[in-house]
Amino acid sequence: MQELIVILVDGLVFSSYLFMVSVGLTVIFGVMKILNVTHGAFYAFGAYMSATLIGAYYNTDLPEFGGFLAIFAAAIIVGVFFGIVLERGLLRFLYHRDEHIIVLATFAMFLVLEDVLLMIWGTDPYYAYEPMALLGAVDIVELTFDVYSLTLIGLAVIVALGLWLGLTKTKWGKLLLAVIFDREISQAMGINVTVVFTVTFVVGSIMGALGGAYIAPTISVSPGIGVEVIILSFAVVVIGGMGSIPGAIIGALLVGISRAAAVHKFPEIELFVIYAIMALVLAIRPEGLFAPAQARKI
Amino acid sequence: MRYMDKTIVGLSIAFVVLFCADFFMAEWVRFIGLQSLARGAVALGLLVLWRTGLVSFGHALYFGFGAYAAAMLTLIGYHDAFFLVFAGTLAAGVLAYLLGFLLRRYRAIFFALLNMAFSMILYGVIVKTEELGSTDGFSVLTPTFLGYAPKGEAVQTTLFIFTLVFTYIITVGVHLYMKTTLGGMSMAVRENEIRVEYLGYSAEKVIHVKYVFSGLVAGFGGAIMALAIGQVDPDSMANWTVSGEFVFITILSGIGNVGATYIGALVFELIRTYAFEYAPLFWQFILGGSLLAIIMFLPDGIWSLFGRLRRSDSSESSSSSNKAPSP
Repeated sequence: MQELIVILVDGLVFSSYLFMVSVGLTVIFGVMKILNVTHGAFYAFGAYMSATLIGAYYNTDLPEFGGFLAIFAAAIIVGVFFGIVLERGLLRFLYHRDEHIIVLATFAMFLVLEDVLLMIWGTDPYYAYEPMALLGAVDIVELTFDVYSLTLIGLAVIVALGLWLGLTKTKWGKLLLAVIFDREISQAMGINVTVVFTVTFVVGSIMGALGGAYIAPTISVSPGIGVEVIILSFAVVVIGGMGSIPGAIIGALLVGISRAAAVHKFPEIELFVIYAIMALVLAIRPEGLFAPAQARKI
Repeated sequence: MRYMDKTIVGLSIAFVVLFCADFFMAEWVRFIGLQSLARGAVALGLLVLWRTGLVSFGHALYFGFGAYAAAMLTLIGYHDAFFLVFAGTLAAGVLAYLLGFLLRRYRAIFFALLNMAFSMILYGVIVKTEELGSTDGFSVLTPTFLGYAPKGEAVQTTLFIFTLVFTYIITVGVHLYMKTTLGGMSMAVRENEIRVEYLGYSAEKVIHVKYVFSGLVAGFGGAIMALAIGQVDPDSMANWTVSGEFVFITILSGIGNVGATYIGALVFELIRTYAFEYAPLFWQFILGGSLLAIIMFLPDGIWSLFGRLRRSDSSESSSSSNKAPSP
């Protein structure tokens, strides 16, 4: 029983983390049909920027809880900057090309940004534990969890709710749904698809950066953190169905809880339980669990 | 001779030149050449798939499987290069045959990602297996060639010729195969699968055949690589970035010609070697930058450069000899 609770809490924290890092990917894919490998670099840049800003913030005498603002500021700075530069500067020239070419272009961009990261921050790890230390720890059935990690669950819920409300209750959301459904017709109806694309890409980038920025206080921010994230978020998004936000939630929960169970029960299969789930889901439902049906064009 | 296939002539000339050059090459040139041949062979398999409209982001699975299969055989006392490479190729081929039953049902990005999922499972298995050296891998002893046991530089010289002969046979074979009905089905499946089915062919079977072939050559490339480097490890053999490099080479080469994959692999190897040599911290930057440049400015790959040259030649000659207005 105790073990079950631990697995559940661990799994929920990890699921929230997975949801945070993969939601940006699925938003971009859903609207633009682009599998964005650069996402991993957004994550890494978000983490580095957040660590730097948190460090700078705690060198001043401002109130301690303001450090959380630094996290969100980091995500917005990184997301807006890279989102606009990448979409306007590179991707818009490739929209008419094969989808594989676009994936490869974002892969190339990822390689480039990985080294830009090294040029800016060097190879030494960064630590920004202050926000985590601030919130302290809590005991759940005799085991200690740090409160900061638990707030990740709250953040994931807020982001998911925000996206759901934004998509279904606002005018922007409805325009977006129209573009997702049929790009050409919505353009003919007077929707500015170019702007929708740029905004979507920036929002997706901010989400990716936020994942990194929020997780930064709990890890040592060092080179190479982006690579693993790409694979993880791919797995989550593919399991849930690419472009579906409920899919990302279910995918994150499925992967997160199975991994937590694997860590506690069979640590030796921890690394590939995620891919095994992905392969299994794809074998049964190739479009992922929640992807909308596609009409076959003859 | 009434008709000579230009590609086969070109490949044969390249074969003879490389065969002779092998005895004079500097060691590092031969090493780059060996790697290019091995990676080029993998890219050749991807090219066959790509002509069918499929891109795999997971062929490091077969590359790594072939490499590890060959390397593991050396652990239990087999050292003959013919046997090792044959076993590595076959092992990857069998794996591709089995997974093919599942993968042939998928297209586009799902095909690419499902391949990646399987390759990451292999990566996970290797990393978690202490007996296989985990992330460090293990070293592979020098191979023998049908009883001939070369020493020193002769090892690489022999291995180069060994690799050259087999890649030549494979490449000419692929070129001839593309002209057969089954080979021609590639483009048909890519253009319109449903019509292919109406004509009475099974698109899935066509894809399966090509998939097994791509697995075989990737296993071949992996086994050669294991022998050439004398070391296998998961990060340079089975990680998803390795798969990305293979797709990179395929894009670099274009689908115009089978020989182009080796040129693409060589260019890739040179970019990487020199970037690593002169900017060890920023080689990914250079690699990514070149990839972007090629995607933007050479969309049909290096081979299209030759096409452009030829076209400008022929357009000049035709404009001077033929004054008829174009329709």
